[in-house]
Amino acid sequence: MADRLWRPVACYGDMVRLWIRAELSYPASFAMLVVGSMMINALDFVAIAIMFSSIDTLGGFGLREIALLYGATGVGIGVADTAIGSVERIGEFVRTGRLDQMLTKPVPLLVQVCSDRFTLRRLGRITQASVVLVWALPIVDWTPTRVLVAVVMLLSSSALFFGLFVLFSCVQFWTTDASEFANAFTYGGNTLTQYPLTVFPREVALALTFVLPIAFVNWYPCLYLLGRSDPNGLPDWLQFCSPLAAAAVITVALLVWRTGVRRYTSTGS
Amino acid sequence: MPLIDVAGLERTFVVRRRAGFMRRSKSVVRAVQDLTFSIEAGEMVGYIGPNGAGKSTTIKMLTGILVPTSGELRVAGLEPSRQRTDLARRIGVVFGQRTTLWWDLPLRDSFELLQKIYRVPDQRFRENLDRFVELLDLGDQLDTPVRQLSLGQRMRGDITAALLHDPEILYLDEPTIGLDVVSKGRLREFLRALNAERGTTLLLTTHDLQDIEALCDRVIVIDHGTSVYDGTLAGLHAQGGSTRTLVVDLVDTGPPIDVPGAEVRKVEGPRQWLSFPADASAAPLVAAVASAYDVADLSIQEPDIEDVIRELYSHGA
Ligand SMILES: Nc1ncnc2c1ncn2[C@@H]1O[C@H](COP(=O)(O)OP(=O)(O)OP(=O)(O)O)[C@@H](O)[C@H]1O
Ligand SMILES: [Mg+2]
Repeated sequence: MADRLWRPVACYGDMVRLWIRAELSYPASFAMLVVGSMMINALDFVAIAIMFSSIDTLGGFGLREIALLYGATGVGIGVADTAIGSVERIGEFVRTGRLDQMLTKPVPLLVQVCSDRFTLRRLGRITQASVVLVWALPIVDWTPTRVLVAVVMLLSSSALFFGLFVLFSCVQFWTTDASEFANAFTYGGNTLTQYPLTVFPREVALALTFVLPIAFVNWYPCLYLLGRSDPNGLPDWLQFCSPLAAAAVITVALLVWRTGVRRYTSTGS
Repeated sequence: MPLIDVAGLERTFVVRRRAGFMRRSKSVVRAVQDLTFSIEAGEMVGYIGPNGAGKSTTIKMLTGILVPTSGELRVAGLEPSRQRTDLARRIGVVFGQRTTLWWDLPLRDSFELLQKIYRVPDQRFRENLDRFVELLDLGDQLDTPVRQLSLGQRMRGDITAALLHDPEILYLDEPTIGLDVVSKGRLREFLRALNAERGTTLLLTTHDLQDIEALCDRVIVIDHGTSVYDGTLAGLHAQGGSTRTLVVDLVDTGPPIDVPGAEVRKVEGPRQWLSFPADASAAPLVAAVASAYDVADLSIQEPDIEDVIRELYSHGA
């Protein structure tokens, strides 16, 4: 049993290591891509910071507080993207027959899909989000519980985005060219939750809580870190629910994944 | 118990076709239906049939890639789609049209990844690799990225990749597609040796009947998703071996030749193909044709396996 759980992880590690080795065998192009990716990502937060040169608060939150929100999902989506970004290419795997090949290998399909062509290039996003997050840290009046909530928040955030990536990539089992569809939810949801939910209509806040529960891994725990109650009036205990939201999303994602694989029809040639 | 056991297997696909603007119509394709056969360990079986007969679909079910719509299916005692990863260790698959290797990696790295995936012990991995590299003459290509390999080199790489973990069963879906005569010959020799030395069971689909003649004692012919012949190659000859062909080159293009005891199969300019019963003598036929038409040349073709199979297909028995 332990072997059943450990094996896929070990196998993931082995494959990732080989891909990194392959990537590093062309150091020049690697360095260029990393720098490029970091610059693109850096601009992302700069845009928000520039906005604050003409306003002091947005929806009742200052720049550092928004940086906290930004960092929480930014690190999560960065970790998930780095670890399993290839899952977005599922449609390509179906079209090219690669998925058939993977299905004949003794490693769970999800592990193979997630590790295929792993690239360190994606670290650019984590780096940038971490910098923003660290810059935001002094705004919090740290206590041991707050440290715990913050750590759990980051872990849940990574897990939740992991689940969302898998969930929305499954659509490609049915329509193979739908990778943009997944991005609308994952990156789109991420972009929305970079702002305090108070700037949106109440419906959007509720949707980001109960439908696409990204608010659970930044908005609510960040409110706790900042010692504030929800301006939308939702109960304070939601602030501790980030692991539950992540677990729910992952469960749904794995169920949909299994259905997708069982209904997979391969290609005619 | 047979190593591969298939009974009443069926697989359908729902296909959506465009039917005017923004409208789709659904139809069901029966790729495999009522298919029954079994294969014992150590057999080399040729699995043949026309395009779209359901060969690849069958192999995909045998490997667990596709879930059957209905029917019984056991491979090495396992149910492929439910126990796919357990089965995967015991089988090797080569899809001639596709590669299992990683496009951007050198062959050697692809093999190493596969070693990890199949957990092949280092010692065994090196032995196998050395042996296949030598037999398939891959030594010079090991450090070349797969995308730079020629088709034949890549195919040899794929076959090595499918065998590194010592599978009991090797499925080959058109492994000789696009290979030149020399490479084909070498590959056949390699597969024969593999079967003789390791007892690897082989299931091979191909459109090149010489592959079958060189390798397989047994053939299963499939058409419209169901098996229309299962037996020895000799038996297949006997079954359809009832006609021979007289090829007549006329001096001029003319209407189809009309002589008793033979019928025209094909006309191509001045050349015509006449088929007549294999047990009848050709002499009176040749005389009849020569006396009634201006003949430039004549030759007789013995029944060959391709004709037999064409016959089987067209009757859809
Ligand atoms: N994924 C799929 N979706 C829809 N139809 C399919 C699919 N795969 C196969 N088919 C249909 O099933 C039938 C059998 O296809 P299959 O690929 O098994 O044939 P085959 O015997 O391998 O032919 P070939 O010799 O051309 O490779 C065909 O009519 C094909 O159109
Ligand atoms: Mg085929």
